[in-house]
Amino acid sequence: MTKIQSKFRIAAIGIFSLSTLIGLNSCKPKTAGSAVSGDAAQKVYVAPGEHDEFYSFTSGGFSGQVSVYGIPSGRLFKVLPVFSVDPETGYGYSEESKPMLNTSYGFVPWGDQHHLAVSQTNGESDGRWLFANENNTPRVARLDLTTFTTSEIIEIPNSAGNHSSPFITENTEYVVAGTRFSVPFDDENGDIPINSYAEKFNGAITFIKVNPETGRMNIEFQLKTPAVNYDLSHTGKGPSSGWFFFSSYNTEKAHTLLEVNASQRDKDFILAVNWKKAEEYLKAGKGRKVKTNYVHNVMDENTHTATSTTINEVTVLDILDLEGVCYYIPCPKSPHGTDVDPTGEYIVGSGKLASLIPVFSFSKIQKAIQDKKFDGDFDGIPVINYEAALHGEVQKPGLGPLHTEFDNNGNAYTSFFVSSEVVKWNVKTLQVIDRQPTYYSTGHLTVAGGDTKKPFGKYLVAWNKITKDRYLPTGPELTQSAQLFDISGEKMQLLLDFPTIGEPHYAQIIPASLIKDKQKRIYDINKNSHKYVAKGEDKTKIVREGNKVHVYMTLVRTHITPDNIEGIKIGDEVYFHITNLEQDWDLPHGFSVKGNNNAELLILPGETKTLKWVPNRVGIIPFYCTDFCSALHQEMQGYVRVSPAGSNVPLAYGTGDTAPGAKK
Amino acid sequence: MSLSSQSALRGITRIAAVISGIALAIVIIIPIWRIELDAPQYPEGLEMYIHANKLAGDVEIINGLNHYIGMQELHAENFIEFTVLPYILGFFAIWALLVAFVNKRWFFYSWLIGFVLFGVLSMVDFYKWLYDYGHNLDPKAPIQVPGMTYQPPLIGFKQLLNFGAYSIPDIGGWLMAGVGVMMAAVFVSEFLASKKS
Repeated sequence: MTKIQSKFRIAAIGIFSLSTLIGLNSCKPKTAGSAVSGDAAQKVYVAPGEHDEFYSFTSGGFSGQVSVYGIPSGRLFKVLPVFSVDPETGYGYSEESKPMLNTSYGFVPWGDQHHLAVSQTNGESDGRWLFANENNTPRVARLDLTTFTTSEIIEIPNSAGNHSSPFITENTEYVVAGTRFSVPFDDENGDIPINSYAEKFNGAITFIKVNPETGRMNIEFQLKTPAVNYDLSHTGKGPSSGWFFFSSYNTEKAHTLLEVNASQRDKDFILAVNWKKAEEYLKAGKGRKVKTNYVHNVMDENTHTATSTTINEVTVLDILDLEGVCYYIPCPKSPHGTDVDPTGEYIVGSGKLASLIPVFSFSKIQKAIQDKKFDGDFDGIPVINYEAALHGEVQKPGLGPLHTEFDNNGNAYTSFFVSSEVVKWNVKTLQVIDRQPTYYSTGHLTVAGGDTKKPFGKYLVAWNKITKDRYLPTGPELTQSAQLFDISGEKMQLLLDFPTIGEPHYAQIIPASLIKDKQKRIYDINKNSHKYVAKGEDKTKIVREGNKVHVYMTLVRTHITPDNIEGIKIGDEVYFHITNLEQDWDLPHGFSVKGNNNAELLILPGETKTLKWVPNRVGIIPFYCTDFCSALHQEMQGYVRVSPAGSNVPLAYGTGDTAPGAKK
Repeated sequence: MSLSSQSALRGITRIAAVISGIALAIVIIIPIWRIELDAPQYPEGLEMYIHANKLAGDVEIINGLNHYIGMQELHAENFIEFTVLPYILGFFAIWALLVAFVNKRWFFYSWLIGFVLFGVLSMVDFYKWLYDYGHNLDPKAPIQVPGMTYQPPLIGFKQLLNFGAYSIPDIGGWLMAGVGVMMAAVFVSEFLASKKS
């Protein structure tokens, strides 16, 4: 090689390298700024005084509550107290609401709220009730969507980590609750070595029946299964009506270091449950009554008071005794979401460590069962041959698929945690159509009506797990981040980032028109049958029963009756039973007492709530209305005179002319 | 009494009389007057309907608000009008039907005079009622604006502090006005006919 040749070669290499570098540089992913196109602002702008088109009911995760957003604006309207106490409204602090948070473990002030389901009729959202799960101390709540309040909470026995919940059947016949942790059943000795997991622990899948008129829940039966972890579920619909699909992992049966030990097998399972057939076994008396202990808490709309009832028995069907009810479908790598498309034919499994998405066909599953195309069994449950159940696989969709929702045009949208994106693909052809980055690491995603027979499409929200630099920083703890996409076109268009409370997992987005005209504005005071209601100032009084003092109090703009109270003594337990006499829209009154070791109350028009106060010092204690109710809100106040124990200051009370010592 | 006043009525007059009788009977059961209130805090508006025998609509809410400025509470049982008005309306309804039946001009003329008098007296009474309601205030009221009174307009719009009050006839009121106009019109045609004869 001559010198010139070698020089030329060096130069050529240099030019090549440079152009490659430039080329690589242009391959660098676009920044968020360039990902938002021009008309995004217009699409999310809801002018002052105008209403959003959709409600988003969003789980609050470790906040234990449910939040309500408007879509497409992303505005937060309300945080609904469900599983955690709420000092702002007095939920969990008022005497009436304390039973709502009672469990078989006693009063639990907090919950971990992951998934939501709006009630359905014929597989479509009907906007009557909202069901919410609690993961930590297994419970399911029902909220009334005319008042946006928690009506009912039922505890789930024989379970731990109520994650696979509260998914519902097509006509809200059942709400299901699949246990995350397998544990020894409540009627068995639980004082056993943890490493007896495989032999002694069991899973439970609970079917909660919902009264079609009142929404009232009761546990109809439980399926007892061999030990695994149940993760998520969705109902069949249309042709797959009568079936439920549960993803399971840890078929390795690990009880320690699950990160490694539960990730060994190539495939775990989706459990297909023919619940209609299970119902038949139940009717035929196959169930066994199992001794347990769980509570059912119900808020009465007329007494405004909750009751907590303990139930000591549950009917259990062992799936090993039920032929033709349960089948395992192999699904790659620790499946998370199991989602059924609007036609009910396709079941999408998302292996959170998989690099492809399997789509199963319901008709093929049926045929495989008929033809007995089983690859043996697992724990005594037939395992359907993977290929026999498979419609096909989405190849190279992304990394770490978690959840899939659907639109009304035969497309699916899958969230990817690891590759941080949302991918749109066609359910029939399994071809990827579009992918958009998310910021960052999406967990659940929600399409309006995206898990029903008739999705509304239009919008998709990615509920992200990592926030980092998306908003102004707020110290080490950051808000969670949601991203709104327009999915009406071929390509998904990023429209908006909005912050969320707690940690959102699943959400339900439904048209506002389904519920906004059914909203209650007040509680009818004529229907108020609270034990301590005072329907008018002339009905106010104070009744002493030993050291318990019951104050029948009323609030109306802009005074409290009675607002002067004397004769309270150290050692007393004072119960303020407060009725808001207003019958006008948007006129709550608040109530607080100085130094009370308790929260405040927020009392809606026509409602009665009770605040307990145990005075612990002698003197004059003020109380007042905490909600700026009217022009003379600052005048809405009163005093209690607290005397020493054994004092003979007589009980006296009143307002204005009737106040103690007033000149008549 | 002139000869012409003893004459029979024209067909159209008798039809008008029957329609008037039926219309006035209907007025007994539908709202006659309406007062609409609007304020920044009440985008949805408050409405009070005055029927022949009762007050309806957001009366309790209006009473609650009015205590700030010391207005009296409105309760139908405190007004004799709500007891007698249904009878008066019934009386005029039957009388109108009799006009068609008796078929004499003088009988028709006397109905019309009576009805016009009733209309005028009703409006005077209503005005006095509004005046008293707007002026006769509790001296211990929390909100007292010197020189301010709260008399709603007899008809039309008036701003009263943060509330805009709009007072107009409701269906019943319009029916009564329609009856008056229709009967006045047929009166004119009867009168012209009587001059010709």
